[in-house]
Amino acid sequence: MSTLPLTLQARSPMKVLPWAVPVAVLLFALPHAIDPYKTILLSYGLVMGIAALGFNLLLGYTGLLSFGHSAYFGVGAYAVAMMFKYFHVRSMELFLLGAILASLAISALFGFVCVRYTRIFFGILTLALSQVLWSLAFKFYPITGGTDGLRVPTPTLLGLPIETGGDKILFLARNYYYYVLGFFLACVLVMWIIVHSPFGKALQAIRDNETRAEFIGIHIRRYRFVAFLVSGVFTGIAGALWVPLNGLTTPDILYWPFSGEIVFMTVLGGFRTFSGPIFGAVAFNYLKTSAVGFTTYWQALLGAILVFLVLALPAGIVGTVVQLIPLARKRLSR
Amino acid sequence: MDILVIHLFNALLYASVLFLIAGGLSLIYGVMRIVNLAHGNLYAFGAYVTAWVVGQWLAGSNIVLLYLLLPAGAFAAALLGAILEPTLLRPFYRRAEEYQLLVTFGLLMILEDLMHFLWGPYPLSASTLFEKMGSLKIGDSVYPRYNLLVVAIGGLAALALWMFVYKTRFGVVLRATSQDMRRASAMGVNVNRVYIQAFTIGCFMAGLGGAIVVPGQSAVLGMGVDALVLAFVVVVVGGLGSLEGALFGALIVGVVREIGVSVFPEIELAVLYLIAVIVLLVRPAGLFGRTA
Repeated sequence: MSTLPLTLQARSPMKVLPWAVPVAVLLFALPHAIDPYKTILLSYGLVMGIAALGFNLLLGYTGLLSFGHSAYFGVGAYAVAMMFKYFHVRSMELFLLGAILASLAISALFGFVCVRYTRIFFGILTLALSQVLWSLAFKFYPITGGTDGLRVPTPTLLGLPIETGGDKILFLARNYYYYVLGFFLACVLVMWIIVHSPFGKALQAIRDNETRAEFIGIHIRRYRFVAFLVSGVFTGIAGALWVPLNGLTTPDILYWPFSGEIVFMTVLGGFRTFSGPIFGAVAFNYLKTSAVGFTTYWQALLGAILVFLVLALPAGIVGTVVQLIPLARKRLSR
Repeated sequence: MDILVIHLFNALLYASVLFLIAGGLSLIYGVMRIVNLAHGNLYAFGAYVTAWVVGQWLAGSNIVLLYLLLPAGAFAAALLGAILEPTLLRPFYRRAEEYQLLVTFGLLMILEDLMHFLWGPYPLSASTLFEKMGSLKIGDSVYPRYNLLVVAIGGLAALALWMFVYKTRFGVVLRATSQDMRRASAMGVNVNRVYIQAFTIGCFMAGLGGAIVVPGQSAVLGMGVDALVLAFVVVVVGGLGSLEGALFGALIVGVVREIGVSVFPEIELAVLYLIAVIVLLVRPAGLFGRTA
């Protein structure tokens, strides 16, 4: 772990703004430049970006590799589906509130068990617990619909009636895209504040040296637990936002290979950087979609990319770029 | 009474196959400290190879020959393991666990599609071997004889492995490497060779599990991924890296599952995972594990 160069350094907000603002403006303008299908694809990417951001609070900042984040994503999604099925809720805000509460409860329960362990046992334990939920969703057909899943119709946003003449594609590509974008930017901001707060610094101290962190008075297990909660809730929000895009919740999003995908996208972008997981999630989403369209054997293609990535670019795409910038500057100034 | 016997056989049947998978997983972890997420795919690979050899390539040949070819899947999986370990896994032993898990996850995706590519999307079966053995009368019920063969093979494999690890010179070297790789290396053990041998044996066992399961049920895509999580439950209950633990864990999972299927079918899987969680909470290193 500690052999990697440290790139998660503190940055003042002023240094981030010159590139954060153009990216945000670009994200706002994009739906008018690209076709609706690509916009929806981007929404998927942003949603997964929130999940990866939450996941990376554990992996990149606390040094805990969870192989069970499908659980919180799935809980968020199933909370939405259940609220519609049993209470006929249509409001997206209520859906999100329900998803946050549900993922908070589940991550509190699982986190209580999991934060006692680190390293490989943490990974296996999170995986085993997520599979409890998967098997329940899979088997309780009358409640969860089993492998058929549960259908969720288009929700209402901010209490407004659904416009755009019932055209679902247009709704997803315009109204819903901006809705997702709003939540995405809010989540990024909140996570940025968290990792740069004293709490975030304490997590990084735990990651780098558990014993020393304990010596300076950090209550390790409590900090890990809170990080676990935050991580779970972010992933739960992503799960809830994902439902209207997909229109259906199935047990696939609770199955452990989905957790593997979340790990994959985070490492693709680079788990040692703040923006890496976001970039990785958007890139992974495009990669997977084009791989699925390109060949029946898209899984093998993605697997090969993952193996190559781990062998050749362990810092991920953003991580590698960040490492190269000082080198390039040196070259230029000489 | 006969119902009870049948349930017992079923539990043993399930435990045998699980032991072969989880035992290999545990052996590999014990020696190399690597959790191979693609291990379930080697089990599936063994199943596919046997199904293909017995059910398609040589279908209709002499039945004795077909029975002799049953372990083909095990040897194929061992060969695959012997190729994978030095090429793909060896560069990762010194790297952080995150990367080890990721590279084996990538391998899982590749192997899953390799089987899809080689044998197509449809299930492959070798049911002749299952049918030819006929069934046994137990009281008023009948029980397939083939299942008893599976139990016997599972038991023999456990015994052979135990003899191998505890009664042979190679076993001593293996255990020494597992306890302290550096010191074993300093004593003149060729660690790389031990690694490749241990990995090959682990894959052989997984492949054997697949090979003996396939006459009774078809080889399908995704069977490896399903098997892996159950193997995880076994090794977590028994203790990662412990062979006795894998045997004990497989028996527990086999019995619980057999009870579960008839008594609480909806939460059968959930109960298994919950057992794993409870064991981890009470005994973090598993029932037979060494504390790390």
